[in-house]
Amino acid sequence: MIDYTSASIDFSLLGPEIAVLAAAFLILITGYVKSLGKLSPAVALIGLVTALFLSLNQWGDQSSGFFGMVTCDNFGSSFKIIFIIIAILTLLMAHRYLSQKSLNRPEFYALLNISVMGMMVMANSTDLVVMFLGLEIMSLPLYVMAGMARRSPESNEAGIKYFVMGAFASAFLLMGIAFVYGASGTTDLRRLVTDYHYIAGNFKLYLYSGVAMILIGFGFKVGAVPFHSWIPDVYQGAPTPVTAFFSVGPKAAGFAVMLRLFAFGFSYIGLLSDVFWVLAVLTMTIGNIVALKQDNIKRMLAYSSIAHAGYILVALAVGGNSAVSTAMFYLVAYSLFNTGAFAVLILLETRTGCKSNFSELPGFGKAHPYLSSILALFMFALSGFPPTVGFFGKFYLFSAAVKSGFIWLAVIGVMNSFVSVYYYLRVVKVSFFDKPEVSFVPVSFSPAIILVLLITVVGTLWLGLFPQQLLEISQAAIFAFL
Amino acid sequence: MESQILTLVTFFPLLGAALLLLVPKERHDSIKSISLIISFITLLLSFWLYAMFEPLANGMQFEVNIPWIASLGISYHLGIDGISLLLIVLTTVLNLLAILASFNSITEGVKGYYISMLLLATGMLGVFCSLDLFMFYVFWEVMLIPMYFIIGLWGGVRRIYAAIKFVLFTMFGSLLMLVAILYILFEYHSFAGEYTFDMIRLAQMPLGHQAQLWLFGAFALAFAIKVPLWPFHTWLPDAHVEAPTAGSVILAGVLLKMGTYGFIRICMPMFPEATVTFVPYISVLSLIAIVYGALVAMVQKDVKSLVAFSSVSHMGFVMLGLFALNLQGMEGAVLQMINHGVSTGALFLIVGMIYERRHTRLIEQFGGLAKVMPVFSVVFLIVTLSSIGLPLTNGFVGEFLILLGTFKANVWYAVIAASGVILSACYMLWMYQRIFYGKVTNKENEGLLDLSIREKIVVLPLLLLVFWIGIYPKPLLDRIEPAVKQVINQMGRSGTVKFDEDFSIEPVLADRAAEHELIVNVESEGK
Repeated sequence: MIDYTSASIDFSLLGPEIAVLAAAFLILITGYVKSLGKLSPAVALIGLVTALFLSLNQWGDQSSGFFGMVTCDNFGSSFKIIFIIIAILTLLMAHRYLSQKSLNRPEFYALLNISVMGMMVMANSTDLVVMFLGLEIMSLPLYVMAGMARRSPESNEAGIKYFVMGAFASAFLLMGIAFVYGASGTTDLRRLVTDYHYIAGNFKLYLYSGVAMILIGFGFKVGAVPFHSWIPDVYQGAPTPVTAFFSVGPKAAGFAVMLRLFAFGFSYIGLLSDVFWVLAVLTMTIGNIVALKQDNIKRMLAYSSIAHAGYILVALAVGGNSAVSTAMFYLVAYSLFNTGAFAVLILLETRTGCKSNFSELPGFGKAHPYLSSILALFMFALSGFPPTVGFFGKFYLFSAAVKSGFIWLAVIGVMNSFVSVYYYLRVVKVSFFDKPEVSFVPVSFSPAIILVLLITVVGTLWLGLFPQQLLEISQAAIFAFL
Repeated sequence: MESQILTLVTFFPLLGAALLLLVPKERHDSIKSISLIISFITLLLSFWLYAMFEPLANGMQFEVNIPWIASLGISYHLGIDGISLLLIVLTTVLNLLAILASFNSITEGVKGYYISMLLLATGMLGVFCSLDLFMFYVFWEVMLIPMYFIIGLWGGVRRIYAAIKFVLFTMFGSLLMLVAILYILFEYHSFAGEYTFDMIRLAQMPLGHQAQLWLFGAFALAFAIKVPLWPFHTWLPDAHVEAPTAGSVILAGVLLKMGTYGFIRICMPMFPEATVTFVPYISVLSLIAIVYGALVAMVQKDVKSLVAFSSVSHMGFVMLGLFALNLQGMEGAVLQMINHGVSTGALFLIVGMIYERRHTRLIEQFGGLAKVMPVFSVVFLIVTLSSIGLPLTNGFVGEFLILLGTFKANVWYAVIAASGVILSACYMLWMYQRIFYGKVTNKENEGLLDLSIREKIVVLPLLLLVFWIGIYPKPLLDRIEPAVKQVINQMGRSGTVKFDEDFSIEPVLADRAAEHELIVNVESEGK
């Protein structure tokens, strides 16, 4: 048995977290000196890259420290790597956009790093209280980032809305943790697993209601229906690079915790599978159907992100080890092509007055054949066409469902991705087929964005054609410290 | 080289598409000539493939099998038999002609157009070469994307509607097919203890009757939409009419065959019991398609939609022949797949030629063209007759074999199907008469130019094929027969479906087909 009361204070376990946090503090301290403030993106980037290497180093390591409060396992490390890559891509996309909209302040980069640090804490913990702590560290900077464009009413609305809803969700989560603690006397997930039968035998009601509230709390964060109502407004109102980050980062973090909690931790509760079944179906279906009627691409992508959360919930309904590897694979895939799609939107929005409405797209195909083809590629990936990684991700996800006998869930899933084809192809249709009424104002590129596009395009195609390595990594990631 | 020939044939057009990316978009001539050369080399490669193919050998030839995604048992597995061989050659021929035919009609977005055409070719060739279900599915889906752009960007007035409809219809079927593929994968895993997508190995797995029915249903839906079998045909008239000429040629010539190919390559060997159970239903749907397609074709005002509906009718023939489940019927069906590609491809090409001149396809706008365009009218007549199935043209051989096979299976099916032949003569000849005979009534038709050299080059190979297959179909049948026998063998292997020793006389089977008692228990007969 693992010694989960490991008392060692081993700071190397926290290496990546410390690196990003140090960068954030450095930015906050130096940010007020104008000449140093300009360096803040670089400082943030250095912090993230250092953290990336430290996390890569942690791969294969299985240890625990700080009295079981901090753990280090493949599961956590791989999610850390995902978060860091997402953050790096966001940073590269954000820099020019923010300076163009005169939002380029050092705080943004500090907030980004702090938020990433919170995600890492979430993914890396087997203690409910530490998870909550991580969630709050992640969320508070996000509220500020959503409302960053303080002269834009939409952005203000997004910030306030996200804050109120997020606080509400946190309250649920905390109450749930309290219930679980009340039932079991511990917040350590590993103790909850080992003593499960005793706890469930004596305090079933408290345990179950606690778990339900935890589920609601994280359901808010990942945008599962019926806890999704904040998503569209926040996504549309927030500055686009921030939205890009929202749609993948916190979502991945939320799923990291959910996977640890529900696929490993509370996997004994058989009822959970049914709950996730219903949640998955609702989330996919409502996300996809409402997305059909959107006139704004950011809003459409907001609903599409709800739908994609639904696909990942399919993995949770399936449960077990295959849930973890398929969900992780899908999250990597989704992060790649979704970030890519937002990168194109960010480029489009650098034109004055562009708000990413469908009506602004006609003529795009003609004015920018390559860029619009890239956007089309991401749309095909989102709707799950081969040979993109979007197809293989869905294939792998639904294969896990069919393998465990959830054939109807798989059928509902593929029917949903059928519905989604319509609205994703609408982007392609409008940008290529529709005749422009006014001539399309060309966009201007920046090297950082080209790099982001390069990474996402190559990733989307390469992983779609040769997914073997990522598959092996995601299958190795199930070695969680539990 | 020889072992990699299938890879070469399949991916050579892709290479060409990559090459085109490097050419500046204003240089139309270089783009056209590069894509022409690429598709010509692909054609030569496919001829080479044809020459090296052993007609008498059993099993798949030129097989390549390399693990691709090993942990899920997915491999890069290519291989062909006689059926795929002929379809590959058909694809490369039509692809070359379609590219040649687009030189004048496509003036905008030239680069994207030829890139799409070449990508499309790779997708179609991949479908016919794949022996791995996963690869089959990937190619099957990939091919949608270039076709979507070809219809949507270079199509007619209602092109956007037609493009979306085409994609959505095909996607609907193929996504259910995906679930079915996954189910088979895990069934095989519990049967053999390993994952594989190898079609041949999957076909050796015994499946329960109920499971077969569901799986057959899922696959058949995807394929039936593609064929298209009545009542899943509604995407076809839109897509065919709105697509540019080359798009229609490829759609009718090759894409529709992917559906029937799917039936013969996947549905029949893998789910033999279900195939037999479904025979009456599919046969009836095919008959409806034959008669309905023909009747609707008769009242069309637009030549192109007339040809589109005639496709529904002809593909009904192919399906009927396949589901006669005997050697003649299936051989005829495969041959008719090729014939339909040749004849309908040619029809769309020549309709495109007249459209380029007059920018209309309405039959009433024409009349008396035989005087103005003598060569054109002869070409049109030959193609028309081959589409009807006049003896000495290719259509006759295929339809005759199909009717023969169907007659053996069920007399009444054959009788109704034969009426389709008559109807096809009605609508085709009536259309021909209205366009070419009589006096030139419309002044705009007076100055029409006859076929140019390029256009003659485009139609000549197809005319040669029409007569070659019509007069001497033996080389084709020699290659089809072993492949069809193999499919029948595979169906018989499961032990629940029985065929006669020499594949030729199946009165037993046919009688039982009429009584819906097709499943012959081999155990009782074996004793």
